[in-house]
Amino acid sequence: MMDRVKAEKQKIFRSNMITFGIVIIAYIVVELMMQTGNISSLFKGLLVPLCTYSILAVSLNLVVGISGELSLGHAGFMCIGAFSSATWSMLMKSSGMPEGMRFFIAIVIGAVTAAFFGFLIGIPVLRLKGDYLAIVTLAFGEIIKNLVNALYFGVDANGPHFSLEDSMHLNMDGGTIIIKGAQGITGTPKNSNFTIGIILLLIVLFVVLNLINSRTGRAVMAIRDNRIAAESVGLNATKFKLLAFTISAAIAGIGGALYAHNLSSLQALPKNFGYNQSIMILVFVVMGGIGNIRGSVIAAVVLTLLPELLRGLSDYRMLIYAVVLIFMMLCTSAPSWIQYRDRIMMSFKLKSTDGKENK
Amino acid sequence: MATLLKVDRLGISFGGLKAVDGFNVEIEKNELYGLIGPNGAGKTTVFNLLTGVYKPTNGQIVLDGDNITGLDCEAISKKGIARTFQNIRLFSQLSVLDNVKVGLHNTNQYSTLDGIFRTPKFRKVEREMDEKALELLKVFELDGYCDYKASNLPYGQQRKLEIARALATSPKLLLLDEPAAGMNPNETEELMNTIRLVRDRFDMTILLIEHDMKLVSGICDRLTVLNFGQVLKQGSTQEVLHDPEVIKAYLGD
Repeated sequence: MMDRVKAEKQKIFRSNMITFGIVIIAYIVVELMMQTGNISSLFKGLLVPLCTYSILAVSLNLVVGISGELSLGHAGFMCIGAFSSATWSMLMKSSGMPEGMRFFIAIVIGAVTAAFFGFLIGIPVLRLKGDYLAIVTLAFGEIIKNLVNALYFGVDANGPHFSLEDSMHLNMDGGTIIIKGAQGITGTPKNSNFTIGIILLLIVLFVVLNLINSRTGRAVMAIRDNRIAAESVGLNATKFKLLAFTISAAIAGIGGALYAHNLSSLQALPKNFGYNQSIMILVFVVMGGIGNIRGSVIAAVVLTLLPELLRGLSDYRMLIYAVVLIFMMLCTSAPSWIQYRDRIMMSFKLKSTDGKENK
Repeated sequence: MATLLKVDRLGISFGGLKAVDGFNVEIEKNELYGLIGPNGAGKTTVFNLLTGVYKPTNGQIVLDGDNITGLDCEAISKKGIARTFQNIRLFSQLSVLDNVKVGLHNTNQYSTLDGIFRTPKFRKVEREMDEKALELLKVFELDGYCDYKASNLPYGQQRKLEIARALATSPKLLLLDEPAAGMNPNETEELMNTIRLVRDRFDMTILLIEHDMKLVSGICDRLTVLNFGQVLKQGSTQEVLHDPEVIKAYLGD
């Protein structure tokens, strides 16, 4: 029986390697296309957002798929990661710190700050279940976005100054104002590029996939499947739910840092950090299959590219987008479609084994 | 013989309703003890009190000399009480093997970071867990199903898996809540053998709730009859089952 356990482990290992493989091959193909100049500037501009959204989809899948809680405020954590990391980069812009080092620390700061807020918000929020949890996380996401929108932050010789009123209330003595309320941060160094995005995505995938297939991930999934039974075998349900939520927030923070350093001006708009964005990330997760990490990356890429690719169809763009959404959902979730898909797969399998026997 | 579990005047009220009142029991090491009574008598409530799902409003629970009254589920599991449920509660999306490995969570440990970075410690502990879990599954003849999803197991096997998972926590006391519910006579017969096997092989003390009198009279050493939240009768199995009061309240003429 040990061989069957080992075979199962092999299967998981192979599946993880396929996930990494897809990302690496996609990277090589795109790099080659860039070298040979076969890529439009529109598509070039999409490369970093593609990595950002993939990271966010993986992050949310950890909460929705693995921990089994519906969170609708993920753009909020992305927002925290974006603004905290951009603030750091602005502060250190003229300090002469090597750019690579500065960006690395910016990403760490984005992750840690988002994780901290994830932890704080998780404590009250994870006591709720289902719809209630969804509503409260939605509210927190909006609160974060609106707070950042009203936040003024500057640094002078006396140290940092905060205000929620306007730049006058900062009582600055010279120095620089970094976050200017609704105008956000302008002049963020553009450190993000496709290579860094892919590296971050690979790191995130490595962490999440290994986490799922470990003692901790098993505990989180056990609590998702049956909380009472999990507690009866001595698992602390609150602790593991909070752990998953915090890690997920940290990853969303990384995505935010990547996003912030791709733009020269960063504002907390409904478009980029509002609930529309949260829903969009949730759509990636649902489309890719809840709990399916590889699927959520693929869905994020397809659904980000699609509206851009369909731009030529102008008026019919969103119509086709909606049809594709419905079709994808049927493919991944409808029981009869899954049965049909399995039957097709099975017939392929049978054919290939037949071939082996006849050989 | 030494006493393993001593419950003294245990009670809980929900609002004005005394669901369990003045419940006493003493269970000795390696004993197979039965808890019977009509529906709604408070048997499962007693289990929920013992495992920390409910906090008792009065009385105390002593396990192996340790006062465990009022502790939560997690702490009580660590002290050594494991249970199964009346309506099966497996981790349905996990494999059969992983269900048992979740039971091993507190006995075989490595940190989350060990898990993420696949350290040598992770490999070593995972291998130990696999071996232990397979060994347990073998006892219940479930090792052939190790890579099945738990929800795909046949009903009888799901019951056994729940017992295997409970045993994985290396408990001192095992609580079985209606293990024979929904089983046909053959399956019940098999279950009786399994329960005996668990007791002998793991040197386990077992407290079980059951309505199937054939099973109860077949394997239990002693019984407590519960009626309207109170102890109606306590004693050796034969003595209790022939008691006129018990026959009147529960068994019927």
